Amino acid sequence: MKKEVVIGLEIHIQLMTKAKMFCHCSTDYIGKEPNTNTCPVCLGLPGSLPVLNKKALEFAIRTAVALNCEINQVSKFHRKNYFYPDLPKAYQISQYDIPLGINGYMEILFPESKEKHRIGITRVHTEEDAGKLVHEGDIASSSYSLVDYNRCGIPLAEIVTEPDFRSPEEARIFLVKLRSIVQHLGVCDGNMEEGSMRCDANVSLRDAKSSTLGTKAEIKNMNSFKAVKKALQFEVDRQKKLLAEGIEIIQETRHWDESKSVTISMRSKEEAHDYRYFPEPDLLPLKVDLKMVDKIRRNLPELPEARRERFIKNYQIPEYDAEILTSSKALGDFYEKAASLYSNSKVLSNWIMGELIRYLNENKVEIEDSPISPEKLVGMLKLIDEGIVSGKMAKGIFEKMFKTGKDASKIVKESGITQITDKNALFEVMDRVIKENPRSVEDFNEGKEKALHYLVGQVMRYTKGRAKPDFVFDTIKQRIRK
Amino acid sequence: MTLNQLTAHEAVNLIKKKRITAYEIMQDIFNQIDKVDNLIKAFLVINREEALKQAKEIDKKVKNGEKLPPLAGVAVAIKDIITTKGLETTCGSKILKGFIPPYNATVINRLREAGAIIIGKTNMDEFAMGSSTENSAFGPTYNPWDLERVPGGSSGGSSAAVAADETFVALGTDTGGSIRQPASLCGMVGLKPTYGRVSRYGLVAYASSLDQIGPIAKDVTDCALVMKVISGHDNMDSTSVNLEVPDYLKSCQEGIKDLKVGVPKEYFIEGIDPEVKGALDKALKTFEKLGAKIEEASLPHTEYSLPTYYLIATAEASSNLARYDGVQYGYRAEEYENLSSMYQKTRSEGFGREVKRRIMLGTYALSSGYYDAYYLKAQKVRTLIKEDFDKVFRKYDILITPTSPTPAFKLNEKVSDPLTMYLSDIYTIPINLAGIPAISLNCGYSKSNLPIGLQIIGKHFSEETILRAAFNFEQNNGVEKKKPSIKPAKHKEAKK
Repeated sequence: MKKEVVIGLEIHIQLMTKAKMFCHCSTDYIGKEPNTNTCPVCLGLPGSLPVLNKKALEFAIRTAVALNCEINQVSKFHRKNYFYPDLPKAYQISQYDIPLGINGYMEILFPESKEKHRIGITRVHTEEDAGKLVHEGDIASSSYSLVDYNRCGIPLAEIVTEPDFRSPEEARIFLVKLRSIVQHLGVCDGNMEEGSMRCDANVSLRDAKSSTLGTKAEIKNMNSFKAVKKALQFEVDRQKKLLAEGIEIIQETRHWDESKSVTISMRSKEEAHDYRYFPEPDLLPLKVDLKMVDKIRRNLPELPEARRERFIKNYQIPEYDAEILTSSKALGDFYEKAASLYSNSKVLSNWIMGELIRYLNENKVEIEDSPISPEKLVGMLKLIDEGIVSGKMAKGIFEKMFKTGKDASKIVKESGITQITDKNALFEVMDRVIKENPRSVEDFNEGKEKALHYLVGQVMRYTKGRAKPDFVFDTIKQRIRK
Repeated sequence: MTLNQLTAHEAVNLIKKKRITAYEIMQDIFNQIDKVDNLIKAFLVINREEALKQAKEIDKKVKNGEKLPPLAGVAVAIKDIITTKGLETTCGSKILKGFIPPYNATVINRLREAGAIIIGKTNMDEFAMGSSTENSAFGPTYNPWDLERVPGGSSGGSSAAVAADETFVALGTDTGGSIRQPASLCGMVGLKPTYGRVSRYGLVAYASSLDQIGPIAKDVTDCALVMKVISGHDNMDSTSVNLEVPDYLKSCQEGIKDLKVGVPKEYFIEGIDPEVKGALDKALKTFEKLGAKIEEASLPHTEYSLPTYYLIATAEASSNLARYDGVQYGYRAEEYENLSSMYQKTRSEGFGREVKRRIMLGTYALSSGYYDAYYLKAQKVRTLIKEDFDKVFRKYDILITPTSPTPAFKLNEKVSDPLTMYLSDIYTIPINLAGIPAISLNCGYSKSNLPIGLQIIGKHFSEETILRAAFNFEQNNGVEKKKPSIKPAKHKEAKK
């Protein structure tokens, strides 16, 4: 029987508050010397007590509201108890039976089919992050672990979806959109590689017409959008194969090994933790003021969906372009900045979606750190419009701009690679090409349009691409036509 | 008479009048510690150098005519479960041996600002789990009234130190009676404040929803004096309440005429020592003489207090004590094969029997499948117990009960039988479950010269009322104020 893929996601996002969730330590921990960004509270030293950072609560509510959740007016913090060296209190302050937000949803758009899917959000809750284990070499070969508590106590929002995804690609599209939303909300930078956004997935298969869920495997350690798609596809294939062979799926946690591109079993259900959740006695029940929620709702910034619609309307670009350009806050900002300086918004989106994104990806550079600023990109486009460089030349210039960060005009000046504007010089080259290729001239006059292109190409070759193609085309045509 | 025998308020007055110096006080305090603490064993750490230095600073202030803070020159001993910056804090446990906190508990900062001098850290049942101080990893503390007997617990070191004039006052902590029961067994005054009255920041947690810090003192006035200093909101403790702190000393001066007193019948159960009952009856007559109206009251859910407490307290403890895992600080097993064996060996070797017993009990109570039947049920019963008190306090201003069913018992008498040991807190535990304040003070002595305590229980945040009732009783009860004569036990040498 045909199997249906069922995937649900659990996403953790680090909330970009100034201070940690329960103490005054900074959340700016990346790159700091290990164990310097700590205090008795986040180190869980005996006698220390947590005090909730209200900003963390506000950020979590903002996230829940943007995901269309109902907000529980009274929710609770619970202790999730387990032993691990990165968890200094041996429990994580989290939420359990009454989370902050419930019953939300998010709509995702499939670019090809233009279909919209509504993905259910089961819950949004807030909790504290753990520290990090550091190993010499890797975890398997190192004989000891070092612990860095700098990350301990960073506020997190956990977002749990319903098992509403029917393919790994759907899950990926959802994640990209979610990242864009939290970026637009200003609550998280959504960096999966650095771990400010992390994703676990539950994957199972069932008979296509069945409504009961199959046995699931939980997949962890997927550190990029690509990894999510690859890991989920691997897992789907693995389960399909097992089921085809008549082998039952075991409920277990599996680790995605990026280098080997496989999921590996970590622990089975029998070995699963009993977290012994109970209400955190050191914190009072979390009372959420409805006025505060209203205020947050009213003051939500423009979210990617609205921005996409605005892009389509204001810039007259296709929906697909608008979807890509709003898939990250910084990309949208880049486009808007450039569009404010340059009127041909479609040409702009082509360059951004084509050359710029390709170079950024190839060089693993974030758009925020792009060596080509919106101003510089527009400067280059204006050189094309003014006929100083051709579109083809511009691609080479773009590459140099990306590598050096220089302005297009400066690169043009330094290398002298402007278009030849001296018509007499061009006429000379064209006459030479016509003389050297009598056969092509004949062909053209016999109705072979292609021959003309060949001649233009020869001119471009002699001028090293510095001739203006339109002009050459028209001139040669005029000269050889009988 | 030596200066260590004074009360705190007497000492402060004499310093202010320049009759004595803080330095002289400290000398007498440390002389007494040197003289008797080898018998009492109240202290785990002595803070002599620092204390003497601080005493000199107080004396300098006196000399310069500066305004003196309320506890200027007052020697305070601190139960070793309260963190003291730079001073080892072990909670009476091997697992925290050598742990030197990098920060002070809020109460320590408040005491220091009030001019108090921290003279040392006192012995206790490991992680405050016990009623006799026999559960300390560093050996027991002995009752100054009879060295063959326990001082009570878990704040046994603190109460014994006060009783033996080794300090003026001490801080204890009370989760199920750990201030009041040892105060009673040592003939001292001990107050467990309303939950939320005193900051718990820096109190190493045993059972977070029950723990409170409070004073143990020689008289009610000292108790009020210290309460005024340590009480009040702290933004480092979310459960501390933002309410103004009254002038407890001032309210003590008012009488107790027409005070409505309830005496809960459920507290006069089988097992209560006739001498305790007798002392209490006599005390009630005193209250009547002072104009209080005494009636029998009822707290119908009293019998469920002990099981409720031993589920909630142990559940919280199982989580609170999980952090002692050998990773960051404290004891770590010397030999282990992997992470899990490091955890197991560290905790097996580092914790004592009673602590392990309670961790296991609490872990069980929180386990999936048992949570509803144990922890959740206990929380519901806790609510019923609270409601019992809410109801009687609609009718009465205070309740009076014994503090402990018996005077001090002998060492080793109850160690092997935890349930009997648990019963010694039967009158104090319901108060923690309800989160209300209670004070224990002396109301007489047994024929064998052991102190007997009575407990005054009040409504939430009515420390003023119970201190006033206690003060009036203390001033008028006609009980002769005695000091223990610390005599080595006959077979003490053999024991060593």
